[in-house]
Amino acid sequence: MTAENNHIETSQRFKPPATRRDFLGLAATWSAIVAFVMATVGALRLPMPSVFPESNSRVKLGRPDRFAVGSATYFSKIRLWLFRDESGFKAISSVCTHLGCVAERQEDGQYLCPCHGSRFDQTGAVKGGPAPKGLVWLDLSLSPEGWIVADTLSDVGPETVLMAQV
Amino acid sequence: MSSIGGDHQTHHKPSHERGIGDKGALRDFGSNLLSTPIALRDSIIRHGKPTSDRAKSQTIFSNFFLHILPVRTHLHAIKATTTLGLGIATLVLFIILCVTGVLLMVYYKPSVDQAYASMLDIMHVVPTGRLMRNVHRWSAHAMVACVMLHMARAFYTAAYKRPRAFNWVIGMALFVLTLGLSFTGYLLPWDQLAFWAVTIGANIAQSPQELTDAIGITQYFDIGLWQKEVLLGAHHVGQEALIRFYVLHVMVLPVVTTILIGVHFWRIRKDGGLVRPSHADVDTDEMPALADVSTPLKSYGLMAMMKDKTPAVNREMRHTITTWPNVMYVIGAATMITVFAMLLLGYFFDAPLAEMANPTVPENPAKAPWYFLGLQELVSYSAFMGGVAIPAIVVLGLGLVPYLDREKEDVGLWFSGARGRRVAFISSVFGAVTVIGMLWFTVEFGWLRNWEATAHVPQIVITLFNPGTVLVALFAFWSVATVRVMNSTRMGAIALFTCFLVGFVILTYFATVHRGPNWNFYWSQSDWPVH
Ligand code: HEM
Ligand code: FES
Repeated sequence: MTAENNHIETSQRFKPPATRRDFLGLAATWSAIVAFVMATVGALRLPMPSVFPESNSRVKLGRPDRFAVGSATYFSKIRLWLFRDESGFKAISSVCTHLGCVAERQEDGQYLCPCHGSRFDQTGAVKGGPAPKGLVWLDLSLSPEGWIVADTLSDVGPETVLMAQV
Repeated sequence: MSSIGGDHQTHHKPSHERGIGDKGALRDFGSNLLSTPIALRDSIIRHGKPTSDRAKSQTIFSNFFLHILPVRTHLHAIKATTTLGLGIATLVLFIILCVTGVLLMVYYKPSVDQAYASMLDIMHVVPTGRLMRNVHRWSAHAMVACVMLHMARAFYTAAYKRPRAFNWVIGMALFVLTLGLSFTGYLLPWDQLAFWAVTIGANIAQSPQELTDAIGITQYFDIGLWQKEVLLGAHHVGQEALIRFYVLHVMVLPVVTTILIGVHFWRIRKDGGLVRPSHADVDTDEMPALADVSTPLKSYGLMAMMKDKTPAVNREMRHTITTWPNVMYVIGAATMITVFAMLLLGYFFDAPLAEMANPTVPENPAKAPWYFLGLQELVSYSAFMGGVAIPAIVVLGLGLVPYLDREKEDVGLWFSGARGRRVAFISSVFGAVTVIGMLWFTVEFGWLRNWEATAHVPQIVITLFNPGTVLVALFAFWSVATVRVMNSTRMGAIALFTCFLVGFVILTYFATVHRGPNWNFYWSQSDWPVH
């Protein structure tokens, strides 16, 4: 459409209606943008794992009769304390809830984290330092063969006891 | 100007007019062969020796690597006090890191079983391996230091103002990238330091849980866990994390950094070169001291043409000099000093390598590299505030500086003149007193959890109200007050930047020297308990 054969006065203030060419151009541009965004989102989905290497979080600790009543046993690989008293078995994780260092159990049963000095009492409750919450108590169960199994990704609340009929 | 190579074509008859048996072409071949070295040189460098203004301009203009520079440079830009050479030093360090990094890649194996052994190999078996590793490590530290100092230089000379506002933002991105490069590189040796520093770092990424837990939305919106999982590809630092960090360290971050450095430089050109004060264009007596200063008849203006107050065509020519060779000397000197310093450090000091990573026993104390130690001190009050919120506020705040302070006066002057120097001085005293006061208070009296009455306050109170947040609030208050009292946004910006700079320096020093096992306070390392 050239200026000479355009006899109709068009006001500057009104946009001329979109021509088919404008429409196709816009549609093409927007589909390109949408395609690009979707492709980026799709590509960024890849680093988000759907299976984690620790997906098997259940670890066998041993047969119940291995642990005497009143004992406290440390499993350093999974950073877990296993206690046995008259009521049964309990397990607490010694991974500090602040930034993941390993809190050390003191003689009096308290826990002290070397990294920024968080302190926890025997039940894992925060007693000082920057830790935002208490140490995590882990789920214990008995496997069919009668082994004690701890779930290292669980969080069952303080002093949860597994009754083991030995 | 004639071609320096001369014309060695002896025959003027076009080849199709020569008869068969005519020996002309053969003779040409012989003389071409003899003059090939000269012809080769002339084909590479297509202008004369840089003796005339025109040839000097061409030297810069027609060289791919140099053409990012203008053909003429303002005298102010090469004064030592303008940049202190810090930007160039940063660039040189980045190049050293790329070169030594690629060499280390030849032997390094990113696997939890082999990484530590390959570090030992590099240190003890590989020819020059120890030197390359040392230089790589010290250059990484130096690059972080130079980037920070360069940023402080750009800030105090008010180089962030229009039209350089966005280049400051790009600079912020480069700053974050530099820290990211350091952090990802820190894991690769797979020693105790690496493992525990990155464990802490990854848990900092998870620390938004502190906030989401407090308001009870973690089960719907667990951004903390999500960040940690993306970073580590797992829930603990292990093989997945090592590969991720490796990919980021040797590929993603260097490539992005290279591109952004290109953009950074391009914009410096387009913004009319380095910022300079208005008096830099006033004639002075000292000017002609430089042998090269002349008022040429022509500026080779097209080659020099830029926006803004630049050596535009035949204007302000008297304050500019040819880039070749004057600026090249400056760049060369900064490069030599930087490379020499790194070689010296690398030759005499070994980069640390602790025992192999052991996930069951944390280092005590587990200290991050020095530039994160200030944050580590804040993190010891609250993981989320010290590790996520305060750094985010600082980076965001710095990025916004050019948009919040747009006063046009006194750019290119250190501290924008005497008034700013006074504000900077008073602010550094204020910053030092508040930081030292806060540290003394926390060491002496502890914080909420150590006091009977407040021992059981909910976590959210500690998150929002701890020594770190109190400091930030004091700094913010101080700079707003400065804006008001001095009636100037620039003065407020100087106040804020100075407070944070002083805070950073003191916290870094404090965490380096006075924090020991269990993050307890010690006067010196010799007082640490032996275990
Ligand atoms: C990889 C990191 C960086 C490199 C290699 C780099 C390099 C450079 C170089 C070579 C210059 C020329 C002047 C000089 O030497 O000072 C410059 C200027 C500048 N840089 Fe950077 N820089 C980096 C990071 C930053 C950061 C972190 C900031 C601030 C947030 C920043 C802001 C600026 C500004 C505003 C200028 C213009 C200065 C002026 O006009 O006087 N840069 N940079
Ligand atoms: S990781 Fe335990 S106190 Fe910081």
